[in-house]
Amino acid sequence: METLDLARWQFAITTVYHFILVPLTIGLAPLVAGMQTAWVVTKNERWLRLTKFFGKLLLINFALGVATGIVQEFQFGMAWSEYSRFVGDVFGAPLAMEALAAFFVESTFLGLWIFGWDRLSKKVHLACIWLLAIATNLSAFFILAANSWMQHPVGTVYNEATGRAEMESIGAILSNSTLLAAFPHTISAAFLVAGTFVCGIATWWMVRLVRSKKPELVALARDTYRPAVVLGAIVMLVAGVGVGLSGDAQGKLMYQQQPGKMSAAEGLCETEEAAAFSILTVGPWDPTCDDLTRVISVPGLASFLGTGHFSGPESALPGVNDVQRDMEARFGSVDAAGNPISYTPPLGITYWAFRLMIGLAVFSAALALWALWATRKGRLSDNRWLSRLAIVAIPMPFLACSFGWIFTEVGRQPWVVAPNPTGIDQVRLLTEQGVSTAVPAGVVLTSMVVFTLLYAALGVVWYRLIHRYAIEGVPEVHDESPEARAGDDDANRPLSFAY
Amino acid sequence: MDLSILWFVLIAVLWTGYLVLEGFDFGVGMLLSLFPRGTKEEKHAERRVLINTIGPVWDGNEVWLLTAGGATFAAFPEWYATLFSGFYLPLLLILLALIVRVVAFEYRGKIASAVWARRFDVLIQVGSWVPAVLWGVAFANLVRGVLLDADHQYVGGFWALLNPFALLGGLTTLVLFLLHGSLYVALKTDGELRARARTFAARFAVAAVVVAGAWAVWAQVAFSVAWTWAAVAVAALSLVGVVVLNARGREGWAFGLSALAIVSAVVLIFGSMYPDVMPGLDGGPSLSIADASSTDYTLTVMTWVAVILTPVVIAYQTWTYWVFRRRLTTADMPAPAGLTWKKVRDALGGSDTPAVKPSDLA
Ligand code: HDD
Ligand code: HEM
Ligand code: HEM
Repeated sequence: METLDLARWQFAITTVYHFILVPLTIGLAPLVAGMQTAWVVTKNERWLRLTKFFGKLLLINFALGVATGIVQEFQFGMAWSEYSRFVGDVFGAPLAMEALAAFFVESTFLGLWIFGWDRLSKKVHLACIWLLAIATNLSAFFILAANSWMQHPVGTVYNEATGRAEMESIGAILSNSTLLAAFPHTISAAFLVAGTFVCGIATWWMVRLVRSKKPELVALARDTYRPAVVLGAIVMLVAGVGVGLSGDAQGKLMYQQQPGKMSAAEGLCETEEAAAFSILTVGPWDPTCDDLTRVISVPGLASFLGTGHFSGPESALPGVNDVQRDMEARFGSVDAAGNPISYTPPLGITYWAFRLMIGLAVFSAALALWALWATRKGRLSDNRWLSRLAIVAIPMPFLACSFGWIFTEVGRQPWVVAPNPTGIDQVRLLTEQGVSTAVPAGVVLTSMVVFTLLYAALGVVWYRLIHRYAIEGVPEVHDESPEARAGDDDANRPLSFAY
Repeated sequence: MDLSILWFVLIAVLWTGYLVLEGFDFGVGMLLSLFPRGTKEEKHAERRVLINTIGPVWDGNEVWLLTAGGATFAAFPEWYATLFSGFYLPLLLILLALIVRVVAFEYRGKIASAVWARRFDVLIQVGSWVPAVLWGVAFANLVRGVLLDADHQYVGGFWALLNPFALLGGLTTLVLFLLHGSLYVALKTDGELRARARTFAARFAVAAVVVAGAWAVWAQVAFSVAWTWAAVAVAALSLVGVVVLNARGREGWAFGLSALAIVSAVVLIFGSMYPDVMPGLDGGPSLSIADASSTDYTLTVMTWVAVILTPVVIAYQTWTYWVFRRRLTTADMPAPAGLTWKKVRDALGGSDTPAVKPSDLA
């Protein structure tokens, strides 16, 4: 394989891996902050136990998120140096802002939160986890600003002399319409992940304790796990609605900004009015337009998602063949090496990634509704099937997020910086032009293999720790805050927490 | 002042922040293998103290690196592209080391088992020794100059980076960080640990005077400009000061001076690179500040961001050090917070016997 293919695989592997961890951090940090707030406000110990329980899980996840993020910061320069040269003037700024405005806050206040239980007053300590939660969400904003610019470049001009993109307006980049849709979508997706995680684990515990029939364990289920079930379920419902609304907005934008992407996701080849949304389409593994067979479809739905109209002339959607013709007219039909350029993203991956992203949310929806029903008016549940659903549902939104990104990124191909259809056309770059030219394929192969193996090993440790801590259940707690032990001798007391 | 030159200075400042702060983290990490004394259990307890001296702060320190990386991308895209694609393999090794180090700090105490902890101790050590050497190798190569072609691509290959000057540079950062870390331990522990840390610092200070001195003079004579002699002089005086003050038990001042020695090294490095960001080897094609720089608009935006946020960052990071100012000894270590294997086994033992003791419910 060439450097290009290897660099793509490496980027895809490391980034998707990073983003398995990211949504849980983004969603769980505010939920833990909420639990700790509930403890500080109500002084009810159940919230402290939940804070410590989910806080530990958050920390285990956070560590691997940070570790894999370090690679992200450098790999644009390592494997995508020509991309970096082309976009650096624009793209570097949000990355640097992310580090200065978000990563510093995240890492510093995380340290304060972990080690500060007995050092900081309750309110200051609570502020630390809130700052952490806000910073993780802020970091998402800046990195999505960078990514949205690649999907839809704005605020930029092309400099003929240097052959590079140059920033013209940071305001335009931070208010990119693509960003304003992608940010709520990604954040809602993250809350869906975290809500499912909290609700899933708490539901499993509730059922387990209730089934023991021991009064004290049933009391624990009622007192501590049930509130977490309800909290998680409500977060899931709100986040689910958010994901749907924002995703719908993204779909409509996409038809204006990157028509090829959605057409590919719909397997739509020629312009169609009242285009149907297919739920199942069969074809070979890497299909072309000629060998797609729609098996089940909903009439007019694709048109509605893309345009807001079920039928009529406004509902017309361009097909990938139209996009190909249009792009060839604007950007040429052959690349620098004389090979024909396909402006159609891989149809199979785009199609299935889109459906899996949406479809896998069904598990969360089912869990949220059933859990709320089962716990209505103070009830508990001992239903084994509910507990099984809870376990099965937990990984699903993680997968949905990965498929969302695979859809977004693969659907953008062959571009790494997709041209903005309404103007700054010169700011565009084919993926094949972005790869490092000075790095031999063997070197990238080495790093790809090493990253993959190391990540796999760390993934095993991560999973085992999360699993162990989850089945350990809520810990015993006592209030270690300075207020609670007013008067004791500070100097001779062991730390309340150390690694 | 020209904004691109301001940013050249700011990048140097970010690297200074990184090397001064993570420098002692690396030092402490490396000391895990050299420092502890006594029986297995005593060594284990001492390692725990060492790790906890940096526990609340190492992650914040590391972000200085991420910021240096991001700021280089924003302010000097060509530098970011050429440097990281050119130094691909050394950077890969550094990244792998940093990854295992991050994970090891966080996961080490998660299971209360000596075997588990020892494995992660090894990873912390690997994650500290490797970058401590490689950052020096990388920067020494920038001082020496690298083989670039006319398109600003690095074409020197991997082995050329391992020249004698660069290897001595690696040794220089290694001893500087060992010294810096020992002084930090002396500053953050008490009793016998503190005394021993000072002994270590005394030895490393002598090594640093010799190794760093030799490298700095070589750099100065072969590759630098006249004014950076000042940096060499400050570094030399600082290291001598470290020896004296450490012997008198003034760890705080000694630590400040070892930080100053690192600052001087960065000044020497960036001073000798100027006006290039990647000088050419033996006067060959180079990548200059002007070639590499972003546009004025981008630099203006970034300047505002940096001017507003950097002081805030420094303020809350300083506050963190204040909050955790207390010296630690083995007596301060609480019982391990991690799960024990047995508790885990109990929890796994059948779905009807959850690991909840009735006392939990009180
Ligand atoms: C939508 C959110 C999102 C996306 C798309 C990405 N990240 Fe990320 N990243 C985060 C959200 C995040 C986070 C929530 O802030 C993390 C995850 C876990 C964590 O500890 O912080 C993080 C950690 C993290 C770190 C470590 C920060 C630290 O030490 O505290 C770095 C350097 C990066 N990321 C860099 C990147 C780059 C260069 C990306 C682009 C390819 C990227 N991330 C994609
Ligand atoms: C700012 C954030 C991001 C940037 C700048 C970015 C940039 C890139 C670049 C340069 C490529 C290489 C082109 C290619 O391989 O086709 C790529 C591909 C890819 N990215 Fe992203 N990406 C970002 C975020 C993400 C995230 C968060 C994910 C998912 C977890 C992701 C998933 C992928 C995948 C799956 C590919 C491979 C596509 C393919 O090779 O066909 N990206 N991205
Ligand atoms: C009603 C259902 C949904 C719709 C209509 C929808 C729509 C979309 C669209 C159109 C995109 C592509 C944006 C682009 O390429 O510019 C996208 C991306 C994405 N989706 Fe969804 N989505 C839905 C559900 C979900 C769910 C349930 C999750 C995860 C839990 C999810 C996670 C993501 C992620 C992480 C991305 C990539 C980031 C981004 O571009 O925003 N989506 N979604």
